[in-house]
Amino acid sequence: MATIKIPPVLRGSVGGEKELQASGGNVGEVLRELASQHPATESQLFSEDGELNRYVNVYLNDEDVRVLDGLDTSVLDGDTVVILPAMAGGAR
Amino acid sequence: MASGAELIRKIKEQIEEVDPKDVLATQQNGNGAVVVDVREQHEFEEAHLPGAVHVPRGHLESRIEGAVSDRSKRVILYCASGQRSALAAHTLQEQLGYEDVASMRGGITLWKDRGYDVEVPRSLTPEQRERYSRHLLVPEVGLEGQLKLLDAKVLLLGAGGLGSPAALYLAAAGVGTLGIVDNDVVDLSNLQRQVAHSNDRIGVPKVDSAEISIHEINPDVNVEKYPVRLGADNIMEIAEGYDVIVDGLDNFPTRYLLNDASVRLQIPVVSASILGFEGQLSVFHPYEGPCYRCLYPTPPPAELAPSCGAAGVLGVLPGVMGLLQSVEVIKLVTGAGDTMAGRLLLYDALGTTFTELKVRRDPDCPICSRDPGEISDEEMGVFPDYEAFCAGAG
Repeated sequence: MATIKIPPVLRGSVGGEKELQASGGNVGEVLRELASQHPATESQLFSEDGELNRYVNVYLNDEDVRVLDGLDTSVLDGDTVVILPAMAGGAR
Repeated sequence: MASGAELIRKIKEQIEEVDPKDVLATQQNGNGAVVVDVREQHEFEEAHLPGAVHVPRGHLESRIEGAVSDRSKRVILYCASGQRSALAAHTLQEQLGYEDVASMRGGITLWKDRGYDVEVPRSLTPEQRERYSRHLLVPEVGLEGQLKLLDAKVLLLGAGGLGSPAALYLAAAGVGTLGIVDNDVVDLSNLQRQVAHSNDRIGVPKVDSAEISIHEINPDVNVEKYPVRLGADNIMEIAEGYDVIVDGLDNFPTRYLLNDASVRLQIPVVSASILGFEGQLSVFHPYEGPCYRCLYPTPPPAELAPSCGAAGVLGVLPGVMGLLQSVEVIKLVTGAGDTMAGRLLLYDALGTTFTELKVRRDPDCPICSRDPGEISDEEMGVFPDYEAFCAGAG
């Protein structure tokens, strides 16, 4: 099982949770598992052609999966997957 | 018992004295003699011989080895008139084993009378020395770092939740010029987090209100006010000449615009954003680390990008993030430590957790993979779904 860190903007789609557990052998499977548990996240994570949306950054532990093997990056038990959409909350 | 004058005369007989013209010749030969000023701090700061090192006579025994470790080296000491340096030369020669010591006759007074050049070092006024004394005691800042801070020009984008604490602490730290871009006026609902403003300044432009607070802390700070909305028409003109930009922007189009301008101008940006109980921090240092577009090539659709004004924020959170930004600014200016360039910090205030992620330069980045001169005005702030994004946001 991997731990998925849910960013503030997606928490409404997962019942307010900050972290969830999901299984899968690679990053894509883990995120698909998340999307099947919480269907509202699917369109936020994936584009219509099944690719990760470009505005969503995904990290395996502290490394961007774009510099690893993308969605094919292997996930081991205990790994953390961080979902990070861009945030522009300033403070006016 | 000998009088002081007699003692000095006797000591002068036991040491070598050299004329200023010989010292000048020695310096011009570049033959490696070390010229040591043995006067007090304030005398040295007023003016000294070019290239002289400073070892006050009161600290001679404890500090000379730090300045001249090789005892066989030629050492020429001087003071104001040649008395103190004679005594110091005697100490070096007789008690500390320096083999080739001389004292300059007539001191710096005679040197100046001859019309030779002196160096007037930059220094702090007594008031500044007192004000920044706790910086001067930290080796990573010290006098050199404080002078860099006093020379620094830092641009704050926004005098809101992030900009307020940054403005106050950077002013206190002695940043010489603080530019503030903000076209808003102080509102009662701002005061929950925007600590540069106050109850009696509700309705006052934020740039003016922030200037008052800055000058209450440190009247020496030069405040440049830009009561405008940052846009493609003014960003290059405003940002040019600043050393660091502190980004507290609340919307994506301006963040991309800022990124592109900062890459063109090669100005590092210390960026933070906040939402609810969570904050992000990074430094985008053009060509030394990734830029904002390397991290976020494209913004999320408007419905996934709430601004904190609408979404709410713990008032202390921008304080924490704005001060983390200020620390990064100080490090960029002084060169101390390692900045957050290439790293992204996520702070969750509710759980008190800090998560650090790596940010890589994108070799195919549409902006920072190219030379600054190749980036055109037309491209600035543009991103792939710009039209759709702005329609959604409207």
